Amino acid sequence: MMKKLNILLVVAFVLAAIGAGAVAAQDNVVELRLTWYDDGNEGAVMRELLDRFEAENPDIRVVMDTVAYTTILEQLPIQVEAGQAPDMARVTQYPMLAGNYLDLRPLLEDPDAFEAAFPEQVLGAMRTGDDDNGIYGFPDQFTVTGPYINRTLFEQAGVEVPSDTRDDVTWEEWTEVCAEVAEATGTDYAIAIDRTGHRFAGPAISMGATFFDDEGNLTIDSEGFRAMAELLNRWHTEGLTPAEVWLGAGGSYAAAADYFINGQLVCYMAGSWQIQRFTNDIGDAFDWEAIPNPSGPGGSTGVPGGAAIVAFANTQHPEAVARVMEYLTQEDVQREYAERTLFIPGDLRLSDLNYQTDSEAALAALNTFVAEVPKFHEDAYALQFHPQNTVIFNSIRDRLTQYMTGELTLDEAIQRIQEEADQAIAAAGE
Amino acid sequence: MTELAKSARNRMQMFERLGSPFAALGSGALRGIADLVDIVMHPIQRRLGIQRMAYVFVLPNLLIFGIFILFPMLLNFYYALTGGTQLLPANRPFVGMANFEQLFSCGNFLDPNTCDEDLFWRAVWNTSGFVVLQVGFMILISLVTALALNRRIVLRGFFRSVFFYPVLLSPVVVALIWKWILQENGVLNALLVSLGGDRQPFLLSADWARFWVVVISIWAQMGFFTLILLAGLQAIPAELYEAASIDGANQWRSFRSITLPLLRPTMLVVVVLAVIRAVQVFDQVYAFTGGGPGTSTLYMVQYIFRRAFTDQTHLYGLAAAASVVLGGVLLVLTLIQLRTESTSSLS
Repeated sequence: MMKKLNILLVVAFVLAAIGAGAVAAQDNVVELRLTWYDDGNEGAVMRELLDRFEAENPDIRVVMDTVAYTTILEQLPIQVEAGQAPDMARVTQYPMLAGNYLDLRPLLEDPDAFEAAFPEQVLGAMRTGDDDNGIYGFPDQFTVTGPYINRTLFEQAGVEVPSDTRDDVTWEEWTEVCAEVAEATGTDYAIAIDRTGHRFAGPAISMGATFFDDEGNLTIDSEGFRAMAELLNRWHTEGLTPAEVWLGAGGSYAAAADYFINGQLVCYMAGSWQIQRFTNDIGDAFDWEAIPNPSGPGGSTGVPGGAAIVAFANTQHPEAVARVMEYLTQEDVQREYAERTLFIPGDLRLSDLNYQTDSEAALAALNTFVAEVPKFHEDAYALQFHPQNTVIFNSIRDRLTQYMTGELTLDEAIQRIQEEADQAIAAAGE
Repeated sequence: MTELAKSARNRMQMFERLGSPFAALGSGALRGIADLVDIVMHPIQRRLGIQRMAYVFVLPNLLIFGIFILFPMLLNFYYALTGGTQLLPANRPFVGMANFEQLFSCGNFLDPNTCDEDLFWRAVWNTSGFVVLQVGFMILISLVTALALNRRIVLRGFFRSVFFYPVLLSPVVVALIWKWILQENGVLNALLVSLGGDRQPFLLSADWARFWVVVISIWAQMGFFTLILLAGLQAIPAELYEAASIDGANQWRSFRSITLPLLRPTMLVVVVLAVIRAVQVFDQVYAFTGGGPGTSTLYMVQYIFRRAFTDQTHLYGLAAAASVVLGGVLLVLTLIQLRTESTSSLS
């Protein structure tokens, strides 16, 4: 009798545990996972917007999994390939993940209006092969690469900011001027650029680099590419740039933003996504401003970019995902998101934005970056929307680092970048 | 009743002896589990016989080994023979030995720049250099430390704990602590500047980075090897030293003629274990330097990880081929270790 009672006790316990799990899974709320990264305050703004959505749609809950940007670059693609993608994600390498997205067109109430709201190039970069009408996500931010300066340091050094009077200032001239200011003010570093091929590409094109031949094939070797690589090397050998950014980051992306925010850097090549952070973190510690991209034989160009919120095909809840996407792409939601994050919107319907900041520097920087858009070189677009852009940018970053540490000559570095890009393009075609 | 059920009943009786309400609850639960196990196992034991029950108990572990070790290993062999960038095996074209040919296509193996897969050979030579320096110095320092800790010194127990403590730390924690100390604006450079010196590029120059990778690796692991050597030293009979002393041998002669020969079997095990660990180095260095500057601290496992995952080229086949090569090296080292252990236990 006792034996039976004991067995009953264990069986009852197991059944109770299973029952509790079943009840927890049965609350009729669809849970969607959104993998996210932050540059500034956009995560907080998005959470508030999603809270409002959830209040209006109690059957859907969106969980934001905020991760480091390197996780988006390095881990998310593996998750996607392994069939373990989240329902949605905020990504920057959307051409590379193409083929894994959920086509929202059949799920949207008005797909044509959705399509018309965003640049065709961005929507097209999410498609593969002959697909010319799939809708897989939307850009939540348009970015423009470009430099910032610490104007206070220029004033303290008594050095004129060259772009105040001329439009055709070259990278070489900026290097000299920034070095002069750093020396006069005792600032640690004169000039820096984020450790990424994406940031490197703009100055290289301005200095005459051509990344594509007449037949559209990727070609790394050009005078402009070499000139920029040699200039970057010079920044290191002369101690003009914080070596930890390019040489101390191993095989990862690294930004020099902290040096600029801390007043240790005179000139900093980054992009429009830093405006919110600079506004918050620099405050009135010093005067900072965005300046037009320097000029050269290739013109004055930055590189476009941005982030997009995409939906993945392996979601178990495509209808719910489409409802979230429709909500996030409403014009008023897009407007609020852009105005509060100080982002250049990817939404073509938006104009006359009332950015929510008292910072004149932020507003001026936004205007400067918006004025850069018409000046983009065609190679800048082609490179950014190339399906293998991440491989190309990573190879540029890593091989140029090897050049600067003396492991490779510039010829060898260029040859390796070309080989790796060709190999990736060929492998993707298999 | 099976052996497992008997054991559970013994525990149950122990709980009952404790007499608390928790003990009574535990006793009831355990009794229930024992009876459940008995219901399942009894018919199996009746059918297979008591001798074959061992296989039944080993089966779960074999399944885990098969699923999580053997199957991935076989899959890795298959990946090494395929190409493309797709992850799922069904989507990957068979390319035969092409990945191995790419790894070993070299003008001069000593000059990675002449190799098709230059990063592989940089990793090979970096790993070789690391193994020689790290293992050599670590064993030397561990031996000296073990000799010191084997003497009757003040606070001997405390020092034994101090040297072993870093072994307990996570490799990533070790890496982050040392990075904080050695980075450009780190503690060590701040100290140097405050003493009137210049900042040193501890993590920004290839030579410095290699040096510090070896140092922190020794710091983190030497406690483990010191402990093994200490055990070896304590196994040497004290009478031998006393006899040598009566015969007029000085300390160096005793060390050379008694300690070293009798410590040899332990030393061999230590060397092989240290070499295997050094060849497998990854997490600590990945968190410490990321393989840089350039590729100066890129070692074999990180090369494999990089080629498969972080480069975005997703050359899984090439990475799998490199891991087969690394597996071959580790297999040879493990065979040496097994042979060494059997020789040492015989002696």
